[in-house]
Amino acid sequence: MIRKLFYFSSPQNFYPLAGKLWPLFACLATALTVWGLWLGMFVAPTDVQQGEGYRIIYVHVPVSWMSMVIYLAMAFWALLGLTFNTRISGMLTCALAPTGAIFAFLSLWTGALWGKPMWGAWWVWDARLTSELILFFLYLGFIALTSAIDDARRADKAGAILALVGALNVPVIYFSVKWWNTLHQGASVSLTKGSSMQQTMLEAMLIMAVAFWMYAIAMTLYRVRSIILVRERHSQWVADLPEVKAKSLEARA
Amino acid sequence: MIWKSFSDFWSMGGYGLYVWGSFGVTAALLAAEAFWARRARQNALTHVVAELQAADANGKDWR
Repeated sequence: MIRKLFYFSSPQNFYPLAGKLWPLFACLATALTVWGLWLGMFVAPTDVQQGEGYRIIYVHVPVSWMSMVIYLAMAFWALLGLTFNTRISGMLTCALAPTGAIFAFLSLWTGALWGKPMWGAWWVWDARLTSELILFFLYLGFIALTSAIDDARRADKAGAILALVGALNVPVIYFSVKWWNTLHQGASVSLTKGSSMQQTMLEAMLIMAVAFWMYAIAMTLYRVRSIILVRERHSQWVADLPEVKAKSLEARA
Repeated sequence: MIWKSFSDFWSMGGYGLYVWGSFGVTAALLAAEAFWARRARQNALTHVVAELQAADANGKDWR
């Protein structure tokens, strides 16, 4: 098992694996989205307090969860890269960041669109919202930092440290509604207390969360292949790839 | 089915702007991300091929 993991930590072995896996995750994401949206938009009942406006939950909660999960995944790969010096780790950290940034932005965007009708404000400087905004900036900072350093290994190291230090913000976001008095409501779903939501609403939201999770994995696997290609461009196995050969025929013609 | 008509569904009980604004922008950004990722792959392939051909042209076997 461990040996297998180290086998796939080599870009040459990970590239074809990612190529096989991403369409699978993309199909799962599509199927789950259709299922989740159908449940959420056509089956789930109207909310007693928020009317139909509550349906924003089916994007807001999944993108917000994923914006935190992706950052933790980045921190995980960063730690692995720093300790074992595995070559694929830095590339995966880089491949995760754009999807994370998009989810963090969407969390703020859908939150603003939910806040306006329910609280009467697009934005408040409350602990939950502010810490999520910091997460968005951390993603942008990571992308800017790693793309500003030309040497890939040094960029990976610098990025890894930012990812690890920034990961401290994730529990702050998660517990912000407990630690401070916030306008943002507390968790409707908790690992310890279960859920306070109606059953269909909860199911639809969880299905959407898994759908976005699958989407993030598909996108990361797809993106890491481009990163591998560029970083390994001087090695023979890249030159031998059918897609590279096809492209060079195309370029010659 | 909980909706009486399409316009009933569309108006989302008066929250249409907020609900569809959330879903619309999410869908648009995810579609844009897929497009960017595709373009990045094409750029990566072009980059790799350009270097390989430059190496061939120089007659250097530095690979």
